[in-house]
Parts: sequence; C-alpha cells; structure tokens
Amino acid sequence: MSDASFAHDQTEDVRLASLAAPKDYLALLKPRVMSLVVFTALAGLLLAPHLPHPVIGFASLLAIAVGAGASGALNMWYDADIDAIMGRTRNRPIPAGRLAPQEALAFGLILSVLSILTLGLAANWLAAGLLAFTIFFYVVIYTMWLKRSTPLNIVIGGAAGALPPMVGFAAAAGEVSLASFVLFSIIFMWTPPHFWALALVKSDDYGRAGVPMLPNVAGADRTRLEILIYALVLAPLGVAPYLMGFASPAYGAISVIGGGFFVYCAHAVYRRREGETAKKAAWRLFFVSILYLFLLFLTLVVERVLAATGFSL
Amino acid sequence: MADQKLKEPAERKGVTLTPEQEKSRKARNIAIALAITGFIALFYVITIVRLGGAVAHPPA
Repeated sequence: MSDASFAHDQTEDVRLASLAAPKDYLALLKPRVMSLVVFTALAGLLLAPHLPHPVIGFASLLAIAVGAGASGALNMWYDADIDAIMGRTRNRPIPAGRLAPQEALAFGLILSVLSILTLGLAANWLAAGLLAFTIFFYVVIYTMWLKRSTPLNIVIGGAAGALPPMVGFAAAAGEVSLASFVLFSIIFMWTPPHFWALALVKSDDYGRAGVPMLPNVAGADRTRLEILIYALVLAPLGVAPYLMGFASPAYGAISVIGGGFFVYCAHAVYRRREGETAKKAAWRLFFVSILYLFLLFLTLVVERVLAATGFSL
Repeated sequence: MADQKLKEPAERKGVTLTPEQEKSRKARNIAIALAITGFIALFYVITIVRLGGAVAHPPA
C-alpha cells in the first residue's frame, strides 16, 4: 500500500469515526414515550392481585422501559429518511448526522434481546413473550408496514403502545386479565384521536414525507369526524375500570370529568374548521389527550399504592 | 516488556482521532461501563431475591 493510499484510508477512517455522545443514544430511546410506557406498565403491574417483590417489580419495569426504548431506536433506524424531511423529527440523531444508521440498528437489536431476556428471567416468560410481541408489532407491523401504506397506520399500530399495561400485569401475575385488557383498550382507543389531532396541525409535514396520515388521505373534515367518534367511544371506556370494580369512586369521578372534557375538545375540533381557531382547537385536544391519559393512570397508580399501604380513596 | 507497552496516542500509527472524537469515545466508554456494571448488579440482586432463603440455607 502506498503512503498516498494509506493517507486516504486514514482520512476516511477518521471521518467515519463516531462523534456520537451518550445523549444521542439516549435520544434514540425516545425518553418521553418511554416514560409513558413505564407509567402505564406500572399501572398494569399494580393491578395484579399479589404484588411482586419490589426488586422484581423494578427489574420488570426497567426491562419494559428498555424494550420500549429499543423499539424507538429501531423505529428511528428505519424511518431516518422520512425523519430528515419532517420538521418535528429532523434533529433526531440519525438525520442530524450524529449517529450512523447501523449504530442505531445494532443498539436497538441488542437492547431488544437484553430486555426480553431480562424480563423472562426476572419475572416470567409470558411477560417476556408479550414484550417481544410488542417490539415486533411496533417495529415490523407499524413502522415497516402500516406507517407508509395506510391511513389506518396508527389505529392498528396503536396496539403496540397499548400493550405495556398487559405486559406489566403479566410480569406480576403470570397471566393476562380482563382488567389489564380494559387498560389496553383505553390506550388503544385514545391513540387515534391523539395522533390525528397532531396530524391535523402537521399535515404538511406528513404530506411532504409521504406518510399517509388520515388528514392527507381522507381530508381534514373526515379526520375531525373520526376524532369525535373515537372520543365518544373513549369517554365511557375510560370509566370502565370504576364500573368493573377495580378502580375507586375518585377514579370514576376523574374519568367522567376528564372524558367529558375530552369529548368537548374533540367537538371543538369538529366544529372549528378554518384558520387559527381550528389549529388552536387541534393543539388543545392534543395536549388535553395527554393530560387525560396521564390523569387516569396516575389515579390508578396512586390508589393502588395507597391501598398497599392501608389507605383507600 | 517495554516494546509491547501501549504508546501514547500521538505515537500510534494508524487512525488518529480528532479531539472531539476522542472525547465522545471516552464518554461512550464510560456510559458502557456504567451500563454493564448496573446490568451485573441488577442480575446479582434478582438472583438473590429469586433464590430467597435457599441462598443461606440450600435445600438438602
């Protein structure tokens, strides 16, 4: 090898050497999504008739969190091309050039395997199997298949985000129950109006990236109608934990008031169709939807923790 | 042996990283070390909890 070619190779190698910092890898895990997953999984875990040892509970939640993060990393690996186009995502580590796609792929795969094995060994293999299915569903069914091919992408793909309470319950109880399925259903029905509210505001972004979100395919008016229908189904479903006897009257009151306000905001989105007021209504529904789900699960968690320490609401 | 000792970065042949790359590599190495240490500690504690009293009093 000549000196010249060696110098060239060295320059190339130096150029390829990673500049990624630990915080870039952390960003791959989508920490905000991960925190919601941990929270909902904790609610599912606390629903179990017998709580696991705190260490096993902690390890289970950590494994579920890391599994969710691994899904996020694999999603960012696959979606790097459209992330670079959309304003909301163009500063993610891969499109911003701080991380190579292969690094994200390896990181996501390693964390997926480790999280599934850890949950299986710490809790049980039913929970580990459900976590593996969740990761598979999010990465393969949603990210690789549905997201770019149908406006039903988040309707069906929402199942992945809805599974953590069932995984949490299975980790503690070794089985799935109707109660954990109700929590799954609440998140499943919550996902479309939440993301469609965002899609109404960001439809240009999604359109440029070629992602067939409902507003781009069926139009904004049809999306507004769908949001209202989903809200009308979600509001009573949110009360189900109280009606079925596994949540307190305090939860019942919060779910009725919260559900009512959710429907009110969805109706405002349906009614206000033009200009800045339409945009404001969609943004309000987006943030109210986050607050609504957070409050429901926070109440479930708090009342279960209080019950474990001898108090009841 | 002295010949086999690692040379200072400036004396090494091959790829020479920029100061930014050296810095980010060091940060990644520390993060990996912490993650592995945490992972080992977690499995140690899980093992103790799952084995329970069988650690101190193994079944005959």
